[in-house]
Amino acid sequence: MIDARGQSCPIPVVMVQNAVKKENHPSELQVKVDAKVCVENITRYAATVGYTVSVEEADGEYTLTLKK
Amino acid sequence: MENEVKLTKLAKCAGCGAKVGAGVLAQILGDMKVHHDPNLLVGFDKSDDASVYKVSDDLALVQTVDFFPPIHDDPYTFGQIAATNALSDVYAMGGEPKLALNIMAVPKDMPAETVHEILRGGYDKAYEAGAIITGGHSILDDEPKYGLAVTGFVHPDRVLTNSGAKPGDVLLLTKPLGIGILTTAAKVDMASLENMAYAVKLMTTLNRAARDAMVKYRVHACTDVTGFSLMGHGLEMAQGSDVELHLNVSAIDLIPEAVELARIGILPEGMYRNRSFAEPYADPGKTELCRQDVLYDPQTAGGLLIAVDPADAAALYEELKDAVPSAQCIGTVEPYHGGKRIFLH
Repeated sequence: MIDARGQSCPIPVVMVQNAVKKENHPSELQVKVDAKVCVENITRYAATVGYTVSVEEADGEYTLTLKK
Repeated sequence: MENEVKLTKLAKCAGCGAKVGAGVLAQILGDMKVHHDPNLLVGFDKSDDASVYKVSDDLALVQTVDFFPPIHDDPYTFGQIAATNALSDVYAMGGEPKLALNIMAVPKDMPAETVHEILRGGYDKAYEAGAIITGGHSILDDEPKYGLAVTGFVHPDRVLTNSGAKPGDVLLLTKPLGIGILTTAAKVDMASLENMAYAVKLMTTLNRAARDAMVKYRVHACTDVTGFSLMGHGLEMAQGSDVELHLNVSAIDLIPEAVELARIGILPEGMYRNRSFAEPYADPGKTELCRQDVLYDPQTAGGLLIAVDPADAAALYEELKDAVPSAQCIGTVEPYHGGKRIFLH
């Protein structure tokens, strides 16, 4: 689980990109963010590199699950 | 130059991305009491770039103010960009800037040399524009900010608003798009040095040459493309003129690296604000998402969007080609059919 809460944009999407590269495109990846704009940015990146994204929202925090 | 302060690290938002959303502003200003004055040719009720006040039959004052947090680490460059951006609103009204006042916020511990360099950038750009900075006001603030309040002149009969576009007009644009995405990427070192240098060149290029060219032709409407993006400012033009805009996306100069960065989600928050403001009025057609994102990208010191009479379009375009960073013929103005205001083709 990548915890990108408290990080301002575009750092969270960069954290996800680094994790995808480092783990050589894992089949599943989870990330927590606390801003809608980060959800959108990560969703765009995920679609570009072939992941589907599901988002769960609770108390202004978002948990994104990226799956191949 | 080696800077002790990483200026952009002190900024929460990048440049015009720091702007309050257009929809939010309209709502806040909605019930504000407006005092009518027959000499006020353009006021805030028109969502235009600057206010215009008629002084005599052949002279009107153009007034505008713009400031934002650091968009570049080099203080001199930041000063130049902020001034270029502030001066632009006068050019967008068809006017010429003449007087300016500094507006500045500085952290207590910012070195005097840094403050001096920011101001020097502003002074140099104002001088290049033929305007004089005559004073200003500074306050203490954790987040630095800089900009100008600018006063210019225009002939009252030659004021160019964003609300005069007519069906049949041709739309011209004078700078490429994608500056906001590049400056956002630069914050995480993901923009190439070459493209950042290009973005800086664009952000420090005055819209003076574009203005000087367009005032010779039958221009019906003009606005500068800044924080609200091409789509946001385009929507204001379409609504203000009660027309629709038809844009040919393949004719718009989108900085290629900005398109690639959009594809991998390196996008400024302002892009999403612009989307929520303008998207309900836009028909994206088959435009790829990453290209749409660049059309919604907040620009700092962007170019002019000009609606010109079709009979003059070719001549103005030819003249702009040698005068501005990127002359583009991006679409046409059509009668409003009800429904969407901007169509992407």
